Amino acid sequence: MAAPETSTAAVPTLYTNNTLRNAFGAVLSFFIILLIGVLAFSIRLFSVIKYESVIHEFDPYFNYRVTQFLTKKGIYDFWNWFDDRTWYPLGRVIGGTVYPGLTLTAGTIWWLLNSLNIPLSVETVCVFTAPIFSAFASWATYLLTKEVKGAGAGLTAAALLAMVPSYISRSVAGSYDNEAVAIFALIFTFYLYIKTLNTGSLFYATLNSIAYFYMVCSWGGYTFIINLIPMHVLLCIVTGRYSSRLYIAYAPLVVLGTLLAALVPVVGFNAVMTSEHFASFLVFIIIHVVAFVYYIKGTLSPKMFNVAVTLVVSVGLAVCCAVIAVLIALVASSPTKGWSGRSLSLLDPTYASKYIPIIASVSEHQPPTWPSYFMDINVLAFLVPAGIIACFLPLTDASSFVVLYIATSVYFSGVMVRLMLVLAPAACITSGIALSEAFDVLTRSIKFQLPGVSSDAEVDAGETSSVTTEARNDEVKAEKPEETSKDRPSKKSKKKEREHVEKPSSKSKVKTKSEKKRLLALPLEASVVSLLLLIMLGAFYVVHCVWAAAEAYSAPSIVLTSRSRDGLHVFDDFREAYSWLSHNTDVDDKVASWWDYGYQTTAMANRTVIVDNNTWNNTHIATVGTAMSSPEKAAWEIFHSLDVKYVLVVFGGLIGYPSDDINKFLWMVRIGGGVFPHIKEPDYLRDGQYRIDSQATPTMLNCLMYKLSYYRFVETDGKAYDRVRRTEIGKKYFKLSHFDEVFTTHHWMVRIYKLKPPKNRIRGKTKRSKSKTGSTSSSKRSGTEKKNPWH
Amino acid sequence: MEAPIRAREILGFTLLFLLFFVCSSSPSHNLLISDAERRIDLTSHIVKVYLTLKVENADSTPTSEILLAFPPNHVDHLATVEALVTKGKRKKTTLARLDVKPTELPDAPNGTKYFTIYLANPLNSGESTTLEVLYLFTHSLEPFPAEIGQSESQLVYYRDSALILSPYHIKQQTTFIKTPSTKVESFTRVEPTNRAGTEMKYGPYEERPPYSFSPILIHFENNSPFPVVEELVREVEISHWGNLQVTEQYTLVHGGARHKGVFSRVDYQSRPSLNGASSLRYLLARLPPRVHSVYYRDEIGNISSSHLRTDSRKSELEIEPRYPLFGGWKATFVIGYGLPLQDFLFESSDDRRYLNFTFGCPLLDTVVDKLTVKVVLPEGSKDPSAVVPFPVEQHLETKYSYLDVVGRTVVVIEKKNLVPVHNSPFQVYYTFKPIFMLAEPLMLASAFFLFFVACVAYLHTDLSIRK
Repeated sequence: MAAPETSTAAVPTLYTNNTLRNAFGAVLSFFIILLIGVLAFSIRLFSVIKYESVIHEFDPYFNYRVTQFLTKKGIYDFWNWFDDRTWYPLGRVIGGTVYPGLTLTAGTIWWLLNSLNIPLSVETVCVFTAPIFSAFASWATYLLTKEVKGAGAGLTAAALLAMVPSYISRSVAGSYDNEAVAIFALIFTFYLYIKTLNTGSLFYATLNSIAYFYMVCSWGGYTFIINLIPMHVLLCIVTGRYSSRLYIAYAPLVVLGTLLAALVPVVGFNAVMTSEHFASFLVFIIIHVVAFVYYIKGTLSPKMFNVAVTLVVSVGLAVCCAVIAVLIALVASSPTKGWSGRSLSLLDPTYASKYIPIIASVSEHQPPTWPSYFMDINVLAFLVPAGIIACFLPLTDASSFVVLYIATSVYFSGVMVRLMLVLAPAACITSGIALSEAFDVLTRSIKFQLPGVSSDAEVDAGETSSVTTEARNDEVKAEKPEETSKDRPSKKSKKKEREHVEKPSSKSKVKTKSEKKRLLALPLEASVVSLLLLIMLGAFYVVHCVWAAAEAYSAPSIVLTSRSRDGLHVFDDFREAYSWLSHNTDVDDKVASWWDYGYQTTAMANRTVIVDNNTWNNTHIATVGTAMSSPEKAAWEIFHSLDVKYVLVVFGGLIGYPSDDINKFLWMVRIGGGVFPHIKEPDYLRDGQYRIDSQATPTMLNCLMYKLSYYRFVETDGKAYDRVRRTEIGKKYFKLSHFDEVFTTHHWMVRIYKLKPPKNRIRGKTKRSKSKTGSTSSSKRSGTEKKNPWH
Repeated sequence: MEAPIRAREILGFTLLFLLFFVCSSSPSHNLLISDAERRIDLTSHIVKVYLTLKVENADSTPTSEILLAFPPNHVDHLATVEALVTKGKRKKTTLARLDVKPTELPDAPNGTKYFTIYLANPLNSGESTTLEVLYLFTHSLEPFPAEIGQSESQLVYYRDSALILSPYHIKQQTTFIKTPSTKVESFTRVEPTNRAGTEMKYGPYEERPPYSFSPILIHFENNSPFPVVEELVREVEISHWGNLQVTEQYTLVHGGARHKGVFSRVDYQSRPSLNGASSLRYLLARLPPRVHSVYYRDEIGNISSSHLRTDSRKSELEIEPRYPLFGGWKATFVIGYGLPLQDFLFESSDDRRYLNFTFGCPLLDTVVDKLTVKVVLPEGSKDPSAVVPFPVEQHLETKYSYLDVVGRTVVVIEKKNLVPVHNSPFQVYYTFKPIFMLAEPLMLASAFFLFFVACVAYLHTDLSIRK
């Protein structure tokens, strides 16, 4: 409170005034950063307040289960974990196929808390990991933007990132997914890269490699970093911005980073073998060639240098050609050209829909629509261009990186809606820069034109707030004069030069500068109005973000709610079904369902599943898809051959839950048909239309999914009106010959069927009789009789 | 079809039994029961037996001990035995509770188990007194058929003796058995036997010698659900900052006839009275008044189907399991709530503190197979001791909770086979110095202080080598 008064009172010398002002500013910005962290954390708690402290959606349940295993069994068992409760009968090597960053982070937090005798449950830790890390992410954004454009832009960008809806959608409390920590790791890695680039310090370069390692541990999106940074390095080299700082920032990252990345089991030798990492090595070679050239240029005379250049270029070209030829031969020998399916679908957006229906079937892998841009980054979409322009005034190494980052991430977000998440930080940084610059210009012009304020004070005020980059440089200079003079003379001088070109006045010449600024000032009315408009824009953004956090993105998706005239109605059917499975079936029973529900079934019901959300085996998924789209008897045989005891389907027709299995059914047909050609998509479509009413094809009306979903549905209202498809179903009265309904949840959202035990073979008959005599026989036999009619 | 065969078997068995008992020895004291009336209530799954005995001392010496005899297979299911004595004359009778303890007798015929009732005033020679005895059996109704479909109703067997098993000669006795509905499939007749409505009357039988036994089997419909808590762990955590936190972990099972075959939701929802009549739809928990922050959840999250009704005298929590429990189905859940400490924690005369809390399970009409009560005393408490009105197993544990250094003492009390009668108060005494309340705040404050000092020190040290 007393700080502003003292600062005005202590005017005597400019120096003390400025230190006090700086100290006050530092304290203020510290508190602002702290509050931004609190904001980032608390805006994500809507889901806990409106619903409950629970893990959300699908993948988080798997991560939660892995974390439970880690905290129970320890790290070594975790690395060696072979999970036999999923992908039956194949199993899955969890330790080697999972990005361990998130799990290890949450496990460490849990361990730390418990060793301090704070007995939080693993679930609580998992639920709150994402909000905590989004606070970290906003701090990292502050650091990154501060490196690029100064503290003001940093604070703005951090505040924007703290509540950007795109990021909120992946990091609300309970959304315990890889992205929750990965975005922090991404931004922090970028920050350390820029920091190294600005300081040329090997210390930061090492930290950068470690941050990159953490990112590799956390998310498959690390390939974005290992391609973006080389692109930036290449850009710097091409535009003649090569410096030793650039070398320090890049070379250790490639060497250390690749070594560290290879330590992560899921990456392993991919870190050197796959095409995703190829760019980094290519640029690594280029930067060494360039460094060598610069070195030679420094030691040799210009004439000798020309000779050397011709020599090196000719030899280098030959070597390069040889290496590239070998590489191309290697790459061409692999069917996917060394790229993974997901990466290929990024480069060629049509790839997945042509060849890999599993990737295409995931809704978050679809290209986004225009409204989703407005929904996810809102007004930032309009501020980004302004920010890009601001980045060019002046263009530094750091700001060119931001421009490159936003350009690439816009492309990737256009391919896959999920990668909107990568765009969000870039958009926040550029918009933060844009807003901060705009506020700067406007407030400055207002201050200069306000009547009745002494011009001297104005000058100081305007200067300290606006020339933050300069102030920072000065600060750094004042604190460590030795280091700066020794370590980065080239950069300093370059920067100085540029500053001189742009703003002829320097700090010592206050008078001239103020005059210059007075000339740059906008008219008072215009600046006041535009300031108000900017504030309104910001307010609109805040309102939208809070709405998005509260309404759009906080639903845990395992609990649904609906408001009606008689109050809030809760649909908790998923957990009802999982709870039933976990308590009332045998612990080794196998449950078949579409892969979406695999993770939840293993985590919540603790039952073995056939396929799950880790879609690593296309054939296995296709088998389940085929079973679901086959007639009852064939489906029974497929399921029986997989030892399945229960089949779980999700049905939304009674209450109008749209993402149920009938709506996903065409993907099952497609994926199944991709492997087993007797399943043909046109058989399920009437004139190219997917329908389940009386016009539906007989194949559709006789397939297992239809029957399991609509079994005895007609008895609920007499008409069998499906509220999702908004039609009466085609076939209303039918009996099941090979399945028994064993459980249906309160709102019919989950229906669980049990396979009837195989019928007794009658001596002398090759075919089993088709009568229903065996249907009521005891269930105990199914386990003992092992035969495989399908194979 | 099977009933006649079974009846014959039972008859043969009865004769053997009678022979055996007649030959066996008589008890030490020559007491006589002049009149006995027994009422067996079979309406719920907890079998309640009210026994009214008029005891006469036919011996020359006074005695204060009266023996109750139970067949060995009944004793395993016996949850509690209580005895009351009526005092005073006709109108102004008062009841006084008497001590009942299990007793071993060396010459018990056929493994008969005994409980001894200790009279407050010895019964003199020739005098008589009237005792009211109440005992409860759990798991005594055997579902038959053991597995039923969704639309079938639940039938159970109840086995007992038409004659009261007693080491004394009984002059006259009658047994009334109340069934939940009029639907009784079969019952053993031991003449004179009458059945009217929901009540069956065995007797009166006169002049039966000691250890008379006549097995009866009643097969009747009992469509009430059989909620059985297989294991209940109640943790009561005392915080001297004013809160008593109770966490109860239940493993609930429907102990009735096992569900067989399909479960059809459409049948269950459209015709609830015919389909799943014996299913367990909801439970009622009676909690203390002024309860707050109640939660009801299981390992995968909150269960939204519960209602809490509070008034000044009690709180009622109506909970629905996630799914209706049919016979043999299980569910696990946790109920937790906070209570104001001043309602339950008191200071005793010798400067110790004691917690006065209810022992049993707050769910109504529920059998608890195994109950563990853990009373977590505040950190720094000393000399804990528990006072429970019935025999229990006790031991001490240590628990580490929020920022504990030495850990909290936990008094663990275990008991098996509980019924709602056991919901009586128990006390845990301990000594506690209020200064320990400040330990954790002080620890936190000093940790932060040290952190700030370290920050200040770091900012004011210059570790650079060159100036």
